[in-house]
Amino acid sequence: MSNSTDFLLALESVSVSFDGFKAVNDLNLYVDKNELRVIIGPNGAGKTTVLDLICGRTQLSSGSIKFKDEEITGLKEHEIVRRGIGRKFQTPSIYEDLTVFENLEISVPRGRNVVGALFWKRTGEVIDQVREVAAMIFLDQHLDRLAETLSHGQKQWLEIGMLLMQDPELLMLDEPVAGMSVSERTRTAELLERVSKGRSVIVIEHDMKFVASIADRVTVLHQGKVLAEGDMESIQANPKVKEVYLGH
Amino acid sequence: MSAALKNNRNIELVGFLLIAVTIMVVLPLLLDNFRLNLVGKYLTYAFVAVGLVLCWGYTGILSLGQGVFFGLGGYCMAMFLKLEASSVANTKIQSTPGIPDFMDWNQLTELPLFWIPFKSLPFALLAVIVVPTLAALILSIAMFKRRVGGVYFAIITQAAAAVLTILIVGRQGYTGGINGITDLRTLLGWDIRTDNAKYILYFVCCALLIGSMLLARFVIASKLGRILVAVRDKEDRVRFSGYDVANFKVFIFCLASAIAAVGGAMFTLQVGFMSPSFVGIVPSIEMVIFCAVGGRHSLVGAVVGTLVVNWAKTLFSESFPQLWLFAMGGLFILVVLAFPRGLAGLVTDQIVPFIGRLGGARPASPSPAASPAE
Repeated sequence: MSNSTDFLLALESVSVSFDGFKAVNDLNLYVDKNELRVIIGPNGAGKTTVLDLICGRTQLSSGSIKFKDEEITGLKEHEIVRRGIGRKFQTPSIYEDLTVFENLEISVPRGRNVVGALFWKRTGEVIDQVREVAAMIFLDQHLDRLAETLSHGQKQWLEIGMLLMQDPELLMLDEPVAGMSVSERTRTAELLERVSKGRSVIVIEHDMKFVASIADRVTVLHQGKVLAEGDMESIQANPKVKEVYLGH
Repeated sequence: MSAALKNNRNIELVGFLLIAVTIMVVLPLLLDNFRLNLVGKYLTYAFVAVGLVLCWGYTGILSLGQGVFFGLGGYCMAMFLKLEASSVANTKIQSTPGIPDFMDWNQLTELPLFWIPFKSLPFALLAVIVVPTLAALILSIAMFKRRVGGVYFAIITQAAAAVLTILIVGRQGYTGGINGITDLRTLLGWDIRTDNAKYILYFVCCALLIGSMLLARFVIASKLGRILVAVRDKEDRVRFSGYDVANFKVFIFCLASAIAAVGGAMFTLQVGFMSPSFVGIVPSIEMVIFCAVGGRHSLVGAVVGTLVVNWAKTLFSESFPQLWLFAMGGLFILVVLAFPRGLAGLVTDQIVPFIGRLGGARPASPSPAASPAE
């Protein structure tokens, strides 16, 4: 396999099958440092599965996943998170019974064992950190609200905020603008632009306008394989892509 | 901190004070010794209910086998007391004097090895906590590390309760069998059967219960408490916040079990015996009902629920013994259907806002602490 690389994340010959169905088939995917990569593809192309593989939610059948040149396959989810990979889910996945503040506080990457959590002190530093992120995700006026009372778009932002608290080197977002209004989409695009500074981001998205507004590079998945990769223009001009995805 | 949260915290504080004053001042003044001892017995179940608030109410781990830990705690205490009661002088009519009577009846001629350390009170007291916690640790690590949870975990705990009962009943010579360990007399020479001793033990029990509640309160109020709520809410997501969820579930289950075990030991001391009928499936489920009726999200509620249900049980079974099980079943269904947050939920959702509205009708008196006192 490959020697030492400059890639932040390298997936090589990754396959996974569910009861014989190959959801991801011999996939190679490389993500650079500070790159914002968008993965698109028709339903069932394996986009979400790829994120599941990277964050340890699904175990791969064969292949290798390297993060900062270290193999991360087989690690538990929380260990992968601690290496510096954050993941946002398709449906907003936040703690509804906690307040916005508490949701963000829980995501601070310290005091993560039982003892640390038991004797956790809400220091001024923590409060500042939470406020700073809350301002970025447009929720600084809602810190004391229970998360379940937020609108759908605000929940999406809160989950992005929880990832920002973790300060990951690689941020993976699964359809971050799904169910958002037009104005929320615009603000989310701005948000992504800001948060992608100094880290790599992988975004799965359907909305082509949104993709065009944020992407450095686009990877098109089809039937568990990379169909095409490149900047948005070349992707849109690619006849294979048109056939399977954009055309219909 | 929002006003609503602060208000809830004040309600909780008032509740803590009310329960402390009720069990430590009001009830001892009102009740005769027999009834007070009965309340003391109920309060030992309240330890279990407090533990259930932690693991079921806050973390969403339903255990239908808390009787196991209550029982193990009680048995560890009973073993010490039994050995003290089985001195050579007390047991000289046996064919082997100096061993517990039930061993003699079962043709044992010497004390089994695992009984020997229980001659020491410090060891026994340590064992009251350590043995049940160790059992909980093994069970919970085996389950939670493999991500067995929810209904499956409840069934496993139920099975554990059945297994321990069968073990105790089946190994009569070592455990006292179905009768349990009976005829306990003294604790380091202090006769625990006298009214005076029962009176003192009642207060020890109250103090330990309130201590357990404060400990539970500390855990809930820490960041760990919020992580537990997060686990209940979205266990999967917590892993992606970088936490090893299984460790937190193991911790809270062990803590709940240790608290239950203290209750078991206090039961043995106050009631004077321990038997498998407090270990098995039925008592374990009853304890869950106490907690549900009181409100599984509220420490104070769980204690009140335990007292209320047991009081009802005593009243009912004194007059209509056959009907009690139906009444209990009906009560559980009623709680689940009509007020799933239990008595505590009724207080915080209905009564306090009602009092608040009464108070709000008068010109500005925004002190929330004052309202429950009205």
